[in-house]
Amino acid sequence: MGKISAKTGNEAMAEAMRQINPDVVAAYPITPATEIVQIFAGFKSDGLVDTEFIATESEHSALSACIGSAASGARTMTATASQGLVLMQEMLYIASGLRLPIVIAEVNRALSSPINIHCDHSDTMGARDSGWIQIYSENAQEAYDNLIQAVRIAESALLPVMVTIDGFIISHGMERIEIIPDEEVKGFIGEYRPRYTLLDEERSITMGAIDFTDYFFEHKRQQIEAMKEAKEKIIEVSKEFNSRFKRDYGLFECYRLEDARYALVVLGSTGGTVKVVVDELREDGVKAGLLKVRVFRPFPWQEIKDTLAYIPFIAVMDRSDGLSSLGGPVFQEIRSALYDIDSRPKVINYIYGLGGRDTKLHHIKQVFQDLQGIDRTGRIDGLINYLGVRE
Amino acid sequence: MSLKTKGWRELPIGGLILEGGTSEMYKTGGWRSLKPIWSEEKCTHCLTCWIYCPDSAILLSDEKVQGINYDYCKGCGICAKECPTKVKAIEMVEER
Amino acid sequence: MKELVEIRWHGRGGQGAKTAALLFADAALGEGKYVQAFPEYGPERMGAPVQSFNRLSDRPITLHCGVEEPSVVVVLDETLLEIVDVVRGLVEDGILLVNTSEIPQAIRRKVRLEGRKVFTVDASTISRETIGQDIPNTPMLGALIKVTGFINLERMLDDTRRRLEKKFKSKPELIDGNINAIKRAYQEVKGE
Ligand code: SF4
Ligand code: SF4
Repeated sequence: MGKISAKTGNEAMAEAMRQINPDVVAAYPITPATEIVQIFAGFKSDGLVDTEFIATESEHSALSACIGSAASGARTMTATASQGLVLMQEMLYIASGLRLPIVIAEVNRALSSPINIHCDHSDTMGARDSGWIQIYSENAQEAYDNLIQAVRIAESALLPVMVTIDGFIISHGMERIEIIPDEEVKGFIGEYRPRYTLLDEERSITMGAIDFTDYFFEHKRQQIEAMKEAKEKIIEVSKEFNSRFKRDYGLFECYRLEDARYALVVLGSTGGTVKVVVDELREDGVKAGLLKVRVFRPFPWQEIKDTLAYIPFIAVMDRSDGLSSLGGPVFQEIRSALYDIDSRPKVINYIYGLGGRDTKLHHIKQVFQDLQGIDRTGRIDGLINYLGVRE
Repeated sequence: MSLKTKGWRELPIGGLILEGGTSEMYKTGGWRSLKPIWSEEKCTHCLTCWIYCPDSAILLSDEKVQGINYDYCKGCGICAKECPTKVKAIEMVEER
Repeated sequence: MKELVEIRWHGRGGQGAKTAALLFADAALGEGKYVQAFPEYGPERMGAPVQSFNRLSDRPITLHCGVEEPSVVVVLDETLLEIVDVVRGLVEDGILLVNTSEIPQAIRRKVRLEGRKVFTVDASTISRETIGQDIPNTPMLGALIKVTGFINLERMLDDTRRRLEKKFKSKPELIDGNINAIKRAYQEVKGE
C-alpha cells in the first residue's frame, strides 16, 4: 500500500515523472500543463532527479529535442497541451515513424479559435492518426498510474505514448490518490536498454534515411503492425501493474455493462460522472451501463465490438467534433466497429463539453432518457446531438 | 543494383539502417545529366576539385588526380566551376 | 456525515478561496475521507468574485462536474452578498457561513434566506489580530470545522502546522498566528 495524499492531476503527473526519473525532459510551458513541467523543474533544482532538463523555445523544439534524445538512447519525456501539441504535430509523426519510445503527459484543452483554455479533446483527437499510443485518464490516480505504465508500454512496443488528463477538471482539481513508493516504481519500470541508439560506437546505424517508393510502404506497414501488436503489450503491462499495485486497468473499463440495455461510451473525467448516473438509474431498475475507453490508440475495436454486441442502445460521447459533418471521432470508430454485427445496435452521438462546458448529471440523464425513447419508439430523431449547447 | 528488395517483415524497423558506411553501396552516378571530362594534359594537380567534390568522386593517387569515379560522380559540375580559370582542366558535357 | 458533502467557497481573487478549499481537502484526507478540491476557472483578476469547491465522502468520489447544490456555502467577503447569489442551490438542510462582524439573523435578512442554518464569524478581525493581515481563509477553516463537524480540530491544527512549517521556514510567527486564527474562529463562530 502506497502513501495516500491529496494531489491535483498535474501534481500527480509530475510526481510520476519524478519517480520515473527520465534521462531527458525537454519542454515548453502551456496552460493547463505548465505546472507539470514547473513542478518537475523544481525536482530537478532540488536534486531529486538526475534528468537533463532542457527548456526549449517552443513545443516544436521541445519534441525535436526529445526525438534527438530518444534517438541517442535516453529515456525521454515531455508535457504539453492544446496548441502546444498542435505545434508538435510535425514532430509527432517523426517520433512515431522512427519508433522512438517518447512519453508525453498531455493535458486536454480546446483548440483556438476562439481562444479558450478549458477542457475538450480536440487537441489529442487531432493527433489520433500520428502513430502515438493514446491513453485517456478519468482522474488523478489514473493519470499517475497510466504515466508510469506508459514508459513500459512505449519501450516494449517501440512506439511513443501520450497519456492525457482533462484540463482543469483533473489537472487543477485535487483528489485523494495513492502514491507508490519510489523503489517500487523504479522496480516496475526497470532500467532502459534501448534496442537501437545513435551513440553506440560498436554498432553504427543511420536514422532518418530517405525512403522512396521502394521502401516507404513497407515501413508504414511495419508501423501499422506495431500499433496492432501494442494492444497485447498494453494488456501485459497493465496486468503486471495490477499484480504489483492492485489497480486493474484494461483497454477500456466496463461499468455495470453485463446486462445493460442502454450504454454510454465516454473518455476521460466525464466517465466518473456517468458512473453516478448509472448507479442512480440502476436503483430505478433501468439497465444502464458505461464503457469508458482508456486506450484510444490502438483502437481496441474487436474487444469493444464483442462487449457492445449485445447492448441494443448505445450513445457515444465525444468531447470534440471532427467538423466533418459526421459527428465526433469516437462515434465514427465505435459505429464502424459495430457494423458487422447481425443484430447491429442503434448508435447515436453526443458532442459535449466543448471548451470546458460543464457536463452535469442532468445532461447524462438526458442521454439515457433519449436512448430509452429510441427503445420505446424504435425511431432515432437525432443521430448526432449537441449536449448542453444553447439553441 | 542487384539488391533483392525485402518485404516489410524482413526490414529493420523505423527505416533504420543497421550498419555504417552504407553510402558506398549507393551509386549516385546514375543521377548524372552532365558529365565532367578531365584533361590530364591541362591539370596542374592543385587538388581544388578533390576538396570540393561532394561525392569524393575525384580519384587520387600519390597526391595526383587520376580521373573521375563515374560510379559516384553525380554530375553537379562543382569541380569544373572550381578548377582555376587559367587551367580549366574539367569540362562538363551532355550525358548520353 | 451525509454520503456526499459539497461545499462552495465564495471569495474575491487574491483572498485565498482556492487555497482554503485545498487546505480543507487536505485536512479531510487526514480524517480518512475521500476528497476533491477544485477552483472555478474564469479569468483570474485580483478582487473579482471567484468560487472554489470541495467534495467530501467516506466513499470514492467519481463525480467530475461542477457543484450545483452545495450542502455548505462559505463566504469569505461579505460585500459579495450584494452582488453574487451566494445561496443559489443551497440544499434544504444546508449551511451558510459568512465572514462578517454581523450576527446571523442580520445576514439571513440580507440574503433573504428561509430555513437552512446561518453562521457568522468575524474572520477578518481574527485574522488581523492573529496573523497581522486580513487573510480570512485560514480562520474560516476553523469556523467551518466547527459548524460541519466533519473534521477533528486537533488533527486539522497538526496538519496545518506541518504544511506551514514547510512554507514559512523563516517566519515562525506566521505559523502560530495561523494556528491561533483557526482556534479563535472555531470558538467564536455564532449560529442561529
Ligand atoms: S561533377 Fe560533381 S560529383 Fe562529379 S566529380 Fe565533379 S564535383 Fe564531383
Ligand atoms: S582543380 Fe583543375 S587543376 Fe586542380 S586538380 Fe582539379 S582538375 Fe586539376
